[in-house]
Amino acid sequence: MEELHKSLYRTLRRIREFEGQVVSLVEKNLIYGVAHEYIGQEAVATGVCSALEDRDILTSTHRGHGHVLAKGADPSRMMAELLGRETGLNRGRGGSMHVADVSRGIYGANGIVGAGAPIAVGAAFAARARGEDAVAVPFFGDGALNQGVVMEAMNMAALWRLPMVFVCENNGYAVSLPVDAAVAGDPVKRARAMGMNAERVDGMDVLKVREAAVAAVERARSGGGPTFIECTTYRFRGHHTAEAVMRLDYRSSAEIEQWQTRDPLGIQGARLEPADRQRIDSEIEAEIAAAVKFAEESPKPDASTAYDHMYSSGLVARQGVS
Amino acid sequence: MATLRYIQAMSKALRDLMTEDEDVMVIGEDVRASLRGVTKGLHGEFGDDRIVDMPLSEQAFTGLAMGAALHGMRPVVEFQVSSLVFLTMDQMINQAHKFHLMTGGQASVPVTYFMPGSGSRMGLAGQHSDHPYAYFVHAGIKTVMPADAEAAYGLLRAAILDPDPVAVFAPAALLGVRGEVPDEPFEIPLGKGVIKRSGADVTVVAVGHLVPEALKAAEELASEVSVEVMDPRTLYPFDWEMLNESLSRTKRLVVFDDSNRSCGLAAEIIASAMEANSLVARPRRVSRGDITIPYAIELEVALVPNRDALKSAILHTMKES
Repeated sequence: MEELHKSLYRTLRRIREFEGQVVSLVEKNLIYGVAHEYIGQEAVATGVCSALEDRDILTSTHRGHGHVLAKGADPSRMMAELLGRETGLNRGRGGSMHVADVSRGIYGANGIVGAGAPIAVGAAFAARARGEDAVAVPFFGDGALNQGVVMEAMNMAALWRLPMVFVCENNGYAVSLPVDAAVAGDPVKRARAMGMNAERVDGMDVLKVREAAVAAVERARSGGGPTFIECTTYRFRGHHTAEAVMRLDYRSSAEIEQWQTRDPLGIQGARLEPADRQRIDSEIEAEIAAAVKFAEESPKPDASTAYDHMYSSGLVARQGVS
Repeated sequence: MATLRYIQAMSKALRDLMTEDEDVMVIGEDVRASLRGVTKGLHGEFGDDRIVDMPLSEQAFTGLAMGAALHGMRPVVEFQVSSLVFLTMDQMINQAHKFHLMTGGQASVPVTYFMPGSGSRMGLAGQHSDHPYAYFVHAGIKTVMPADAEAAYGLLRAAILDPDPVAVFAPAALLGVRGEVPDEPFEIPLGKGVIKRSGADVTVVAVGHLVPEALKAAEELASEVSVEVMDPRTLYPFDWEMLNESLSRTKRLVVFDDSNRSCGLAAEIIASAMEANSLVARPRRVSRGDITIPYAIELEVALVPNRDALKSAILHTMKES
């Protein structure tokens, strides 16, 4: 149990440290555009992925760094991806919103809300057709509950009893739209109405998330069909890194502070001996510092390769200048 | 050689490939009962796991195909009506088509989007009569449109075996047309056109069901003008080399296209041809207008590209210079 506690804390800490560096690299313009920080929600990815094996598959969201790291992607190559470097997981072609490591079953973060859900259905369908016992896990937010394609995907999974775990990260807001103003009824009951096992868990406590995920993965792997887990959580920062300067007024600092009292690192950190926690903290700080260094020192893609990789067959796309 | 209807040739392509490769499966609406007719008999042969009926969730089952393709399968997604692709563009363009580039080449997405009975079907009105291949071409998705039974077999096979997403349009007007198809399996490579009729005066590029119409037009005008008919077969990537070679001889171009006028396939063919060739007459196109197909047959017939309009365009082109 002690080892498990440490291992979970290590992943939580890795995501938090990674995201902290991301914020500062965006501020330094070393990461282009914006990134959607996972800070505050770390217990969800960590708890769910701790229940998965290498062969299992996940699809992620625009807020995907936590899922990708928790599933085991190399933080250095991931940081290099965010910096748009040739050594990045996606050779600098994907960036924050598309970071993927297919070899580890990470079928990508995704820039379109809810779009990963049917892709995960397909992976589960294929795994079963091929006699493999892999489980597919689509992560999505409360905003995606109103994407028809997510309901379509859940219907198929329940209908065919596919080996899946649908993980809804309810962080209270679809960008600025409160969940109460967007979602009719109870998401858990939506899933139950399709005949799916479903429960709501405290998404700030990694052990609670893990407990639900372990049961769901076990059910999926043993032919018991899909599960829907709604994780109640909160993002401590904006929808994305640019929000800090936008002065959006959709939630109060009192609300944010209230949630910060339930910081997932605080909750899990309290289960460790202080010396262990301190040791993990410094190891992770060094690990992520090395990731940043690796990324910053990595080569940028050469402009002459801009047309590479469009097609798997080797076909080169038509160019824009005659 | 066997004489098969176009639709039977596609059915044979599916049967042959499904026999050879157990990763090939067909998903779609009413594919077990085979409402469209291409999968007729295949469910009995290959069972529920290979011929899979989908709930009416076009967006989700298009995404399912991508996920299955990433996990080792070669799914063929049948769309009962080609206008249904308007529901699924996110999964086709944003997800499947872009995945290889966005992941820096980590994985292939060998999925086939199959539209048997595409285009006008006479009397099916506004939402069932589109011929949306130009949207795929615009996105850069590999797109084929076989014009005869042999090509229907060879291009559908090539599409399924290709490692990238490929859209296959099989025009409704061709499904019953018979043609010779070799008995042994074969593929027609993507990106290669064919000169269906050699001529000296003008090149007509025609696609899909308009190819046989162009051949008839060429025959009817044979005493006045020598018409060369090129069937590109693949719309993306287009066989520019073949077109340019033809135009180097004829120096005149008419494009016979069933997509809408604005940013349609004909527009792209003419623009590219003009950039690469010195023509002696202004090129012309016979296409659909930018119009929704109305219900009444008289109106539909008036709007889809036809042979008389093509002949007129050819003769106009010949009058110049």
